[in-house]
Amino acid sequence: MSLQSVNDFVIRFANVNGSGSASANELFARSVLRMGIPVAPRNIFPSNIQGLPTWYEVRISGAGHLGARGGTDFLVAMNPQTWDKDVAGIEPGGYLLYDSTKPMPKSKFRDDITVIGVPLTAICNREYTEPRQRQLFKNIVYVGALSALLDIDVAEMEKLIGEQYKGKEKLFDANKHALHLGRDWALMNLDHPIGLQLKRSDAVGSRIFIEGNSAAALGAVYGGATVCAWYPITPSSSLPEAFTRHCQRLRVDPATKKNKFAIIQAEDELSSIGMVIGAAWNGARAFTATSGPGISLMQEFLGLAYFAEIPAVIFDVQRAGPSTGMPTRTQQTDILSCAYASHGDTKHVLLFPEDPAEAFDFGASAFDLADRLQTPIFVMLDLDIGMNYRLSRPLAWDDNHKFDRGKLLTAAELETAADFGRYLDVDGDGIPYRTLPGTHPNKGSFFTRGTSRDRYAKYTEEGAAYADNMQRLLRKFDTAKDLVPRPLQANAGKSTKYGVIYFGSTSPAMDEAIGLLEARGHAIDRMRIRAFPFHSSVTSFIGEHDFVFVVEQNRDGQLRSLIVNECSVDPVRLVPILHYDGTPITARFIAGAIADRLDALKVTPLRKDKVS
Amino acid sequence: MTYVIKPKFRHPELPKNKIGFTHRDYEGAVSTLCAGCGHDSISAAIIEACFELSIPPHRVAKLSGIGCSSKTPTYFLGSSHGFNSVHGRMPSVLTGANLANRDLIYLGVSGDGDSASIGFGQFAHAIRRGVDMVYIVENNGVYGLTKGQFSATADPGSKSKRGVVNTDSAIDLVGIALQIGATFVGRSFSGDKAQLTPLIKAAIEHRGAAFIDVISPCVAFNNHVGSTKSFDYVREHNDVVNKLDFVTGRATIEIDYAPGSVEVVQQHDGSTLALRKLDAEYDVHDRVAAMSFLQHHSAKGQIVTGLLYVAAESEDMHGHLNTVATPLNGLGDQELCPGSAALEKFNASLR
Ligand SMILES: Cc1ncc(C[n+]2csc(CCOP(=O)(O)OP(=O)(O)O)c2C)c(N)n1
Ligand code: SF4
Ligand SMILES: [Mg+2]
Repeated sequence: MSLQSVNDFVIRFANVNGSGSASANELFARSVLRMGIPVAPRNIFPSNIQGLPTWYEVRISGAGHLGARGGTDFLVAMNPQTWDKDVAGIEPGGYLLYDSTKPMPKSKFRDDITVIGVPLTAICNREYTEPRQRQLFKNIVYVGALSALLDIDVAEMEKLIGEQYKGKEKLFDANKHALHLGRDWALMNLDHPIGLQLKRSDAVGSRIFIEGNSAAALGAVYGGATVCAWYPITPSSSLPEAFTRHCQRLRVDPATKKNKFAIIQAEDELSSIGMVIGAAWNGARAFTATSGPGISLMQEFLGLAYFAEIPAVIFDVQRAGPSTGMPTRTQQTDILSCAYASHGDTKHVLLFPEDPAEAFDFGASAFDLADRLQTPIFVMLDLDIGMNYRLSRPLAWDDNHKFDRGKLLTAAELETAADFGRYLDVDGDGIPYRTLPGTHPNKGSFFTRGTSRDRYAKYTEEGAAYADNMQRLLRKFDTAKDLVPRPLQANAGKSTKYGVIYFGSTSPAMDEAIGLLEARGHAIDRMRIRAFPFHSSVTSFIGEHDFVFVVEQNRDGQLRSLIVNECSVDPVRLVPILHYDGTPITARFIAGAIADRLDALKVTPLRKDKVS
Repeated sequence: MTYVIKPKFRHPELPKNKIGFTHRDYEGAVSTLCAGCGHDSISAAIIEACFELSIPPHRVAKLSGIGCSSKTPTYFLGSSHGFNSVHGRMPSVLTGANLANRDLIYLGVSGDGDSASIGFGQFAHAIRRGVDMVYIVENNGVYGLTKGQFSATADPGSKSKRGVVNTDSAIDLVGIALQIGATFVGRSFSGDKAQLTPLIKAAIEHRGAAFIDVISPCVAFNNHVGSTKSFDYVREHNDVVNKLDFVTGRATIEIDYAPGSVEVVQQHDGSTLALRKLDAEYDVHDRVAAMSFLQHHSAKGQIVTGLLYVAAESEDMHGHLNTVATPLNGLGDQELCPGSAALEKFNASLR
């Protein structure tokens, strides 16, 4: 029996990297969106550029589930090298579309799936003479065939092609033609539509389709960042690249054509963070974007920024480590190396956005926080959020919001200030006042250093002065707890002894998993942590439950360790749910793992059937 | 080690510069370096240069790495903001500071270990970016602060205080600076204040990456027989290419050297440098010639000092980046935040 579903299935495109499939696949995903049906596409790509496999997975979910689902209902097999594994991965009853130009032995197929052959090469060879065209249009031709098979509104596809090739009439016509080649061939020769179908819906609403890195970069523009220093590394490079594009659009002075921003591709990550620290010391809002290996290189400087109290913003788009690890796979794996970055006693502020909209919000507010707290702020993205287009609530900005430059003294304020000591805790919140170079001819200058100093920034090796300063830094960190984004809590419909804590890109899968668990009779309260240091509600949440699952995408349960360490919680009560194979975490995985643990904890669910 | 603040005693008759400041206004805390350390003489030359140029001290930002040399910013320009960063990374911090505010004067102070060993990369990259700065390396051929290990500028064959002979080749920062595009390159000797002060003044007025290598003997670890960075050795092997008389654009001073031996070099701000040539062949605008002159003399064991190269034309990093004239740190919400209307438009393009 072949799979039957309307607006709820996963289609996977297996391509050869560099074959030009990306834009055709994206056309497919966007056309579904235009029909009002939520999609969540994911690129799965190797770190080599040519000749190797790349997959594009589109989860279509009328119910709006945006996390990865796992499994493939429909495979478009365009890569002979990965054929066997790809075909094996199709769900029983699923579908396979392949290029049937050359006959394939029967052994290459499966009996329990529907095989759909489209002679893509033959169609293209008949139509085109140039090798490059023959290759490129093959992709559009299969998208055309899909439109017939899945009943996609072809007018939406044409509109999208029109938008893509605006002003390029020839390209528009050629692509539209290729689309219809595939569609017409399928309409004529294939059973259509198949069991998997798309029906126009209105489940998308005003949501936008954007990559997290682009949204975070736009956040930096709105947050007033003027200096960006970076060194290329996947999956973070597209963030500064997006910042560059946004700035060219939004930050060039119309009259003088001069830039209200400075972007430097540094020679390495030491230099990027050094530049950020120098710029921030001198009063510009500055950031860098990197991934795990870059964070490792920045360690010494991060300690300086913590100790010398320099605002700095670091976007860490996490990937699987250690070392080069799996550079194009996602993980939440730098939690500890960022929270405690550098030698000596340090603690840093981390923000955990769940999606592009929050990446925008936190990308902007990170600069206010950095200035307010005079310390580095890490925005912890990951590959899954950063490099995939995600359906996201529209970005929003309050025009009444003014940058919070924190305790920054002007020349006039220095003039009337009774006493200026760079590291004096005047307000009791651990946050001292600072001045910028060049502010006042003879007041407020001080020497910034990584060596210990007294409250007036004078060098000292007095133990008491050192300890006094370290204590103040702790007070400041305490102050941060109430300034950073609070955790969000959602309780189960009925009271329960179980809770779950999660963060970042796990969010959509977790939301979906709750549904799966509830359907099986498990009630669980959930808390999404959005920042470190942890708000007091994290400790209370744990206190209110016998056991709390901590779901994260790394091997060692890094967030859990951080909670144990910082909230003095009995580790036994925090049950790790860990996913770290480099694929995005799924609802199926979370629900399955939690259900297993609940059984192990000798819980009798209302219904006895186990979650698979 | 303690920090000593100088008594604010002011002699009423101390000479004042054009903005009414005395020499004292350019001093810093009392140095804690070894008595006789070459680095202190460089601090004195910096003080002198800033005093003579009548620079408001708070318009200077002093940045350094780590080392005895990098400590010196505490000992001059007490009213300037300073940043003692991390070992070898002053160039990136200075670059960032300069990006934030193009209107200040950036003075980077470093050591040979700081710039030629751990920080060789940052040294090179800040220079090739054309950061508008004065970059001074106080070059003693050793790690003073960590007690006398060889640095990467130690000459092969030179002997450490403990008797170890260096076998590795030396990095000549001046040669590198010329090669990678510094638009102002000079070398001097901490013991030659008459040469060093005008060189620093000229470097300050230069727009672009100005690099000065100052041989600065370490009396504690590198001033013995067998060292090639000792006072005696440098005095014996010094070959001066030119003498510099610095004349700011604001003052017109007659230059009374014989025609033919004096070259007047115009700087961007209208100030001029008068070069009294000792070597008739030497052309201060010829980068390639400067490099070969340097190599030629170095092969003979001579240390060439003076203004070695100044570019006729130079553009700094902000020029490359096409940044606005207003310092970036002076732009506010109005200039930087595009607002909700622009965001709505952006949202619409993503549907
Ligand atoms: C990352 C790091 N490694 C090592 C050191 C130890 N250290 C401090 S100063 C210095 C060498 C300084 O030599 P130089 O720059 O030539 O300065 P000098 O003391 O000779 O003026 C070293 C190795 C350090 N501070 N940081
Ligand atoms: S150790 Fe050498 S470099 Fe350091 S202060 Fe003493 S003389 Fe100067
Ligand atoms: Mg040295």
